[in-house]
Amino acid sequence: MPAPNPAASDAATPDPSEAPPGRVVLDSRDISRALTRISHEILERNKGSQDLVLLGIPTRGVHLARRIAANISRVEGADVPVGSVDVTMYRDDLRMRPARTLLPTEIPSGGIDGKVVVLVDDVLYSGRTIRAALDALNDIGRPQAVRLAVLVDRGHRELPIRADFVGKNLPTSLAEKVAVRLEEHDGEDGVSIR
Amino acid sequence: MSTSYLIKNAAVLGGEPTDLLIRDGVIVSVGVGLEASGVEVVDATGLVALPGLVDLHTHLREPGREDAETVETGTRAAALGGFTAVHAMANTDPVADTAGVVEQVWRLGREAGHCDVFPVGAVTVGLAGERLAELGAMADSAARVRVFSDDGKCVSDPIVMRRALEYVKAFDGVVAQHAQEPRLTEDAQMNEGELSGRLGLRGWPAVAEEAIIARDCLLAAHVGSRLHVCHVSTAGSVEIVRWAKEKGWDVTAEVCPHHLILTDELAATYDPIYKVNPPLRSAADVEALRAGLADGTIDIVATDHAPHPHEDKDCEWQAAAFGMLGLETALSIVQETMVDPGLLDWAGVAERMSAAPARIGRVTSHGRPLAEGEPANVVLYDPSVRRTVVASEMASLSRNTPYAGMELPGRVVATFLRGKPTVIDGKLATPHENTRFAPVPAGTPA
Amino acid sequence: MKKHLLSAADLSRDDAELILTTAEELRSLADRPIKKLPALRGRTIVNLFFEDSTRTRISFEAAAKRLSADVINFSAKGSSLSKGESLKDTALTLEAMGADAVVVRHWASGAPHLLANAGWSRSSVINAGDGTHEHPTQALLDAFTMWRHLGDLDGRRVAIVGDVLHSRVARSNALLLQTLGAEVTLVAPPTLLPYGVDTWGVSTSYDLDAVLPKSDVVMMLRVQRERMNASYFPTVREYSRRYGLDGRRMASLQDHTIVMHPGPMIRGMEITADVADSDRSVIVEQVTNGVAVRMAVLYLLLGGSEPAVGGAAHELSGGEE
Repeated sequence: MPAPNPAASDAATPDPSEAPPGRVVLDSRDISRALTRISHEILERNKGSQDLVLLGIPTRGVHLARRIAANISRVEGADVPVGSVDVTMYRDDLRMRPARTLLPTEIPSGGIDGKVVVLVDDVLYSGRTIRAALDALNDIGRPQAVRLAVLVDRGHRELPIRADFVGKNLPTSLAEKVAVRLEEHDGEDGVSIR
Repeated sequence: MSTSYLIKNAAVLGGEPTDLLIRDGVIVSVGVGLEASGVEVVDATGLVALPGLVDLHTHLREPGREDAETVETGTRAAALGGFTAVHAMANTDPVADTAGVVEQVWRLGREAGHCDVFPVGAVTVGLAGERLAELGAMADSAARVRVFSDDGKCVSDPIVMRRALEYVKAFDGVVAQHAQEPRLTEDAQMNEGELSGRLGLRGWPAVAEEAIIARDCLLAAHVGSRLHVCHVSTAGSVEIVRWAKEKGWDVTAEVCPHHLILTDELAATYDPIYKVNPPLRSAADVEALRAGLADGTIDIVATDHAPHPHEDKDCEWQAAAFGMLGLETALSIVQETMVDPGLLDWAGVAERMSAAPARIGRVTSHGRPLAEGEPANVVLYDPSVRRTVVASEMASLSRNTPYAGMELPGRVVATFLRGKPTVIDGKLATPHENTRFAPVPAGTPA
Repeated sequence: MKKHLLSAADLSRDDAELILTTAEELRSLADRPIKKLPALRGRTIVNLFFEDSTRTRISFEAAAKRLSADVINFSAKGSSLSKGESLKDTALTLEAMGADAVVVRHWASGAPHLLANAGWSRSSVINAGDGTHEHPTQALLDAFTMWRHLGDLDGRRVAIVGDVLHSRVARSNALLLQTLGAEVTLVAPPTLLPYGVDTWGVSTSYDLDAVLPKSDVVMMLRVQRERMNASYFPTVREYSRRYGLDGRRMASLQDHTIVMHPGPMIRGMEITADVADSDRSVIVEQVTNGVAVRMAVLYLLLGGSEPAVGGAAHELSGGEE
């Protein structure tokens, strides 16, 4: 038996009918503020919305990417292409569990060649999902640059990967679970630890 | 080995325990509390005594397919199944269509000594269904053939069938027909029914059997000959035979053990162990066959023991050979399907599996009552035990039993052929008597 | 737990829908510059063909290669009359080579079943057409094509027309389409309907003209000319007149009705050229969809530690970090 894989054990999908378990660390307004800040940071770093493409990692990363795109659109008055990239087939633990349902990969019509792709995910943990996403991007095209935006960075990296834009750094123990809930998917916004 | 046996407390035909004294191949006395000196006593308490079973339909495969079965191994299997006589079918290679071949088979049977072998002669040359074989020469040969069959193939040409029925009257022979209309069964793989359509296996319709049986009954009546119908497998066939008998026509019929217990549902496994000709039929057919055997419409049980080497069954269904082993399990299947449910008593079993097949085959030395002065062909059977069939334990050279892993009732404890045990304590009395088949002693240089 | 796809009957409705939605995701791969996914890297898939079928083999080969599997094509000629290398010896060979999956096409009904259950090999077995029995991936690609055009198949009416008796495509489609809630009508002369078809849970008809206006899908089956010689029908002309799909009959279809054919077509026999080439015809699309559906099947059977169809519990979450 290999050591427990944090990436494999953190697939917490809380039942939306239940109250968020554990300690609430971000509420709806916190999330909104964090995403607004990230949106501004992305624009600042990119010197505008030129050539930006936001790709969310399903499922919650896609919703976050859409929210960031809406923020950017409000600020810049221009639409940023948003899509999704499913990493399932690129996961390094693919063979450790039954074949997983594929999630949508939607690449905006302009493609990603020469673009600045911002990957968006909810929680950054081992870094394995991001590695898989980078591999997936490699098969889709050749961006000018790839950046990473996450709502929560909980630490415990297993690969040399770091986020460019972080909503909140959240020190956790390996035993804890971070649950992100989003209105679009879970009926309400919130991040909790248990 | 002793030539005299005192069988104590045997339930003759399932009746009250009785003793049987056997001396010099003959039953010399029957009664309670018999005493004798210089005899070997066989305790048959709890055992049923039946006359030695007679199989009218056995494939011994020799000559030609000695990789599947030989007269030696096939008759061992017969003895272990309680048989003292078997009729060896003619579809060997060369075909048993001359006096020479039937005499060879007859001689091999005598050498083997496990049971009497009565060769069946082919009706037509090479089983081709075109010209009559030398039926008279086979009848007059040392093998004294009385049963003629192209089994495996149907004598489908009505004029050839008519002539055969007529011709065998000269020596009181009988034509045993494999009833299968060939055009209706081209490349047929299993019973035509709901399942054949689903499984994509070409169907073998009941009508292909029934149409031939009906025609042959009419032909036999017309020419005043006797007809035996092999391996009846459908409810419709039972009806037709019943109708022919009501007319008073000289028609007899057999059913195989597997058609009394297995159904076409087994084809869904695509395991060719269940591929047989005629095919396994529906549950309703099985019911009709049991009822027909119970009321005497079907005269006998015959095994259609059909050994095949492993490679002919370890393949695609469509490529596999037809047939299954039967000798070593026949009596157990009859107990399971007929005796235990109350459809037939042991006297009925003796009639269906010994007396009637002997009569049809015109064998006078078998199928006799267990009475004073009669030949001592006896089987002692324990109906109270249950056993799980293990293919590798079969005496047959082949392993194609569909019952492997099944639990069946009963066990043949002893078989006596003319007063001499061929099976004792459930084992061959003289295993490997024939040096041709003796195992190589350990340590012998190859 | 099943690790094989032998019959369309092996698939529950959930299984079938999972395959269709997975195929929908995989179909977009065809539009990408790199038509390759890494899911089956290091897996070995053998295409074992005892019967020629170039289009089915190519479709499976493309599907396996797009998922990065190693593909070995093994064509073992032979028929029931001229037995070549035995199925058993072939299976033992493939086992020794470490095949993870065997895609088998065979002239004998039930051969894939035997391969899966005889204990000769541990590979997953995928039936790519066996005798006159089944062709489950063809049924899946047909259902996928219908689903893309018509949406949910619940209550949709599908007419399958032609030589149902000898058609493995018809058998698999009848099973799968019922699983997906469609109403199937088999249309053929009585000689070309299997004995016992009344127990299949489908409707049957001898009258094509009566069925066409009610159908959402018309699937034409290939009819071999040689059947005429076995008295299944009197002449090709009479067959075409009664059961062929021509322009006149096509005019009686509803606007949304699509026309399908599993191929290879015999133009002029069961379908006329103008119908085959019309806007209603999705025959070429069926080929494209075939690759996506076969990718989905291969992925779901081999992509994880255990199969995701045929009884395994489904992972509904992508497992985000």
